[in-house]
Amino acid sequence: MSGEAKEIRCAGVAKTWAAETPRAHKALRDVDLEVGAQEFVVLIGPSGCGKSTLLTVIAGLEAPTAGAVYCGEETVTGPGPDRSFVFQEAALFPWATVADNVAFGLRLRGQNKAQRRGRAQELLERVGLQEAAAKRPAELSGGMRQRAALARAMAVEPDVLLMDEPFAALDVQTRARMQQYLLDTWRATAATTLFVTHHIDEAIALADRIVVMTARPGRIKATVPVELERPRDPRDPAHHELQDHLVDLLRDEVDKAFVQQEGAAR
Amino acid sequence: MSLSDGQLATLPHRALAQGAARSRRVFTRTVLLARLRRVGWTVASLSLFIGGWEASWALGVLDPLIMPPPHIFLAEIANQGQFFSSTVGESSSGSNFSAVQAMLSSAGRVLAGLFIGFVTSLVVGLAISLSGITRNLALPTITLLAPISPIAWLPVAVLFFGIGNAPAIFTVFLGVFFIMTLATISAVEQVGATYVNVARTLGATRSQEVRHVIIPAVMPQVFVVLRINLFAAWMVVLIAEAIGVGTGLGQLIIAARNTFNADLAFLAMTLIGITGYLLDVVLRQMQRRLFPWQPGMQASAA
Ligand SMILES: Nc1ncnc2c1ncn2[C@@H]1O[C@H](COP(=O)(O)OP(=O)(O)O)[C@@H](O)[C@H]1O
Ligand SMILES: [Mg+2]
Repeated sequence: MSGEAKEIRCAGVAKTWAAETPRAHKALRDVDLEVGAQEFVVLIGPSGCGKSTLLTVIAGLEAPTAGAVYCGEETVTGPGPDRSFVFQEAALFPWATVADNVAFGLRLRGQNKAQRRGRAQELLERVGLQEAAAKRPAELSGGMRQRAALARAMAVEPDVLLMDEPFAALDVQTRARMQQYLLDTWRATAATTLFVTHHIDEAIALADRIVVMTARPGRIKATVPVELERPRDPRDPAHHELQDHLVDLLRDEVDKAFVQQEGAAR
Repeated sequence: MSLSDGQLATLPHRALAQGAARSRRVFTRTVLLARLRRVGWTVASLSLFIGGWEASWALGVLDPLIMPPPHIFLAEIANQGQFFSSTVGESSSGSNFSAVQAMLSSAGRVLAGLFIGFVTSLVVGLAISLSGITRNLALPTITLLAPISPIAWLPVAVLFFGIGNAPAIFTVFLGVFFIMTLATISAVEQVGATYVNVARTLGATRSQEVRHVIIPAVMPQVFVVLRINLFAAWMVVLIAEAIGVGTGLGQLIIAARNTFNADLAFLAMTLIGITGYLLDVVLRQMQRRLFPWQPGMQASAA
């Protein structure tokens, strides 16, 4: 079934951390979100609004407190390789070589060494890391690690790719190149992609559609289609208009989130 | 932009590679110099110590019957056979006994005990970490037994296993088992949640999670605890040999005591020191080979 891009649907998803304890903490409420098959959706919102929480719920790593997530026809009940995840920290296994990291999901499926090596090489070439196959993660730069993590997530031919601020820790130049690698990969595989960032420019560079979330507890505030030709030029006036629009949408939410966090810190 | 993507990608790459090669050369030379300097200081330190000792003997300050200088007690190595002709234990030990054999049997017992301890505590520690029932049933007892000195177990071990290798190995095993089990439990707690989540989103079952993520993640830490406990284990095996085994370096100490032979005592001490040092070297090399990704390991392996 893998590799055939399914749509993701969240219906009335809510998530309260530590529910039914005195420390109960509402992160999401009433999230209705659809990501079409092969669509590239970017999720933006103020920090702490529940973006990561939503992604882990869609991945099946956490169960929603209310509502449901559907992947294609099926209800999500747990994690699975049809929905792979790229985390903010690359989280490559330090004990394994880059190639073994990339082939990790294939090993779990019982593929033999020769099969895994061939496939890993292919994937590493796509992200420009063929030279690094035998290295260990500690020998790679931040950008290289993140590309290896992307290759690892794509190795299992997921229907859906979930990415949680994967480029947040990278410098501006590396980030631009990484976005290019990601778009190339996305085009080659056509996996349904949900990408979280808090950079407006990154959202505009990547998305078919940008979904803006409110301050915590997060809900969907607005959906903004990006109808610009790729590759996108940041100097395009339409780009600026979109930027202004998103800044306006976010401003109130960022202020609210700031007040919340100040309050919590006190 | 006049450069294509491909060129952009290779340019910094090549520069990086050249830089790395240069810095590796410089690095190797610095490391070599540092190593030479260390060896130099070791030689100087030992010469001062031994020279002082020998000089005190030559000047008549030290009585060679109580504090024989190295050249005298090292010569004792030729006479070792006589001390073992009548001891209990391996019948072959008689006059065939050699210093090397004593070192090897003591070292072998320590390594066997450490190895069994490593594997057992990994298994028990994982079982406790991963299952609530095992934790509740085993942890209180383990915590209670942990502070009993392994030496206190020795009579039990001899009653149980008789005289020979087994009680010594068992005592070493006990000396590291509890602490390494607790170390495993704490290492499992520290395994990054993201590693486990990565495995789960790639389709890992619970047992694959344990085998492919948790075990490789905790092994290096548990091995560090093993290395830290080497010298404790080394002491334990000498005492076990002195009391309940009848062969090995520990027995050499007892023979020296029983015969009031200072030469033999100092010879035994020297052999114990050398063997202990070599054991540490062996474990350090193993750590380097087995866990080359650990911080601080790459530099010295390069
Ligand atoms: N594992 C967790 N346990 C308890 N609270 C959490 C957990 N993860 C996140 N939270 C809380 O949920 C809220 C949303 O967090 P998160 O989803 O990480 O936000 P974002 O990714 O948008 O910055 C925050 O207030 C955060 O403190
Ligand atoms: Mg987040």
